[in-house]
Amino acid sequence: MNLEAIREKIGYQPFLLGVFALLASGALAWASSATGDAIAAAEAKDLRDSLSEVLPQGMADNDFLKDTVDLEKGGKTVTIYRARKDGEVKAALFKVAERGYAGDIQVLMAVDSEGRTLGVRVLKHVETPGLGDKIEIKKDAWIKSFDGKSLGDPAPEKWGVKKDGGIYDQFAGATITPRAVVKAVKGGLEFYADHRQEIIGGQS
Amino acid sequence: MSDNYGSIIKEGLWDNNVVFSQLLAMCPTMAVTTSGTNGLGMGLATTAVLVVSNILVSMIRHTVSSQVRIPVFVVLIATLVTVVDMAMNAWLHDLYKVLGLFIALIVVNCAILGRAEAFAVKNGVVASAVDGLAMGLGFTGALTFIGLIREFLGSGTLFAQASNLLGPSFAFLEMKLPGYGGALLMILPPGGFAILGFLLAGKRVMEQRLEERVAAQAEPAAA
Repeated sequence: MNLEAIREKIGYQPFLLGVFALLASGALAWASSATGDAIAAAEAKDLRDSLSEVLPQGMADNDFLKDTVDLEKGGKTVTIYRARKDGEVKAALFKVAERGYAGDIQVLMAVDSEGRTLGVRVLKHVETPGLGDKIEIKKDAWIKSFDGKSLGDPAPEKWGVKKDGGIYDQFAGATITPRAVVKAVKGGLEFYADHRQEIIGGQS
Repeated sequence: MSDNYGSIIKEGLWDNNVVFSQLLAMCPTMAVTTSGTNGLGMGLATTAVLVVSNILVSMIRHTVSSQVRIPVFVVLIATLVTVVDMAMNAWLHDLYKVLGLFIALIVVNCAILGRAEAFAVKNGVVASAVDGLAMGLGFTGALTFIGLIREFLGSGTLFAQASNLLGPSFAFLEMKLPGYGGALLMILPPGGFAILGFLLAGKRVMEQRLEERVAAQAEPAAA
């Protein structure tokens, strides 16, 4: 029987679909295993790069990627990287996440021992290109407006975007995104204030 | 045969342009054309996927029966995009950080399935590859053009952040109109629809004029 005749048989259709599903799964499994390590390595490099970016130069003389402490935050484990100078904890770096317009926005922040933000960067987000993506340092300097802020400065009710009576700019066409970032940073500072002793005191 | 390829290329770039004539792929068109750079990035990524998917579909066109071709093509394209997504994340990580947002959007681009259905399933591998390339470049051109107009009217820049996408040597493309606040409407979805509408009308008028001119030239010759 030639291919033309076989193609019309009812049994051929599920068989064909099955074969393609199998091939697709195989290709995906292969690609996933082939790229897994490289993706993990690239993301680790990203983490190191961004950690060094939020931390002002000369703040640390240790390898803060290795000096970590894990704490609970809302049922999730948060890894805190500690930057030390002469053995003393100078700053804590950690990730916080908040739901934005289209999905979770991952924010990395560095807080000094007094509870003041040293730097904030957005690590990962799926906000609208051209509108919400101004939270990236590459597109806009907005994220720097958190530098030097703490829970008392500005006052708690001022921790919001201007539309909500706060001090932070929102973007034209995107309010939800910066609102989420402000909330994330504020949450991070509160988290730091609650766990300051564990972060600074606990020697590893 | 060369004449045939010429017409395939002309079809893709102009006569049967994905955006301006087929009106396909409106979702990514509206979503990413907020700047010329975004449009260019999305266009190039789509072109790559379109070429490969056209080649694959053309290769299996005799094996796949017409009853189940659609699910097979969907599985094929989705797999392809996912593999491209992972490979870029692993080995072209810097480019991925810029284009990553767009890669997943390619799956929902009906132009890919449209070309598989309309062309690749009926034509040979080489012709399909040429068609994919021409359609993809036509799409890239359309997206970049719409993106540039919206970007210029909306924020007063041209090719902002192009160096993120193409490398620092392309920084010269970036232009900014000083002292222009920008008309936000153009960046928002209504601006996209408005610009697309004007461009569609413009293309139609241009083609009509061309036809009239051809007709006018033909007439005295006939008389």
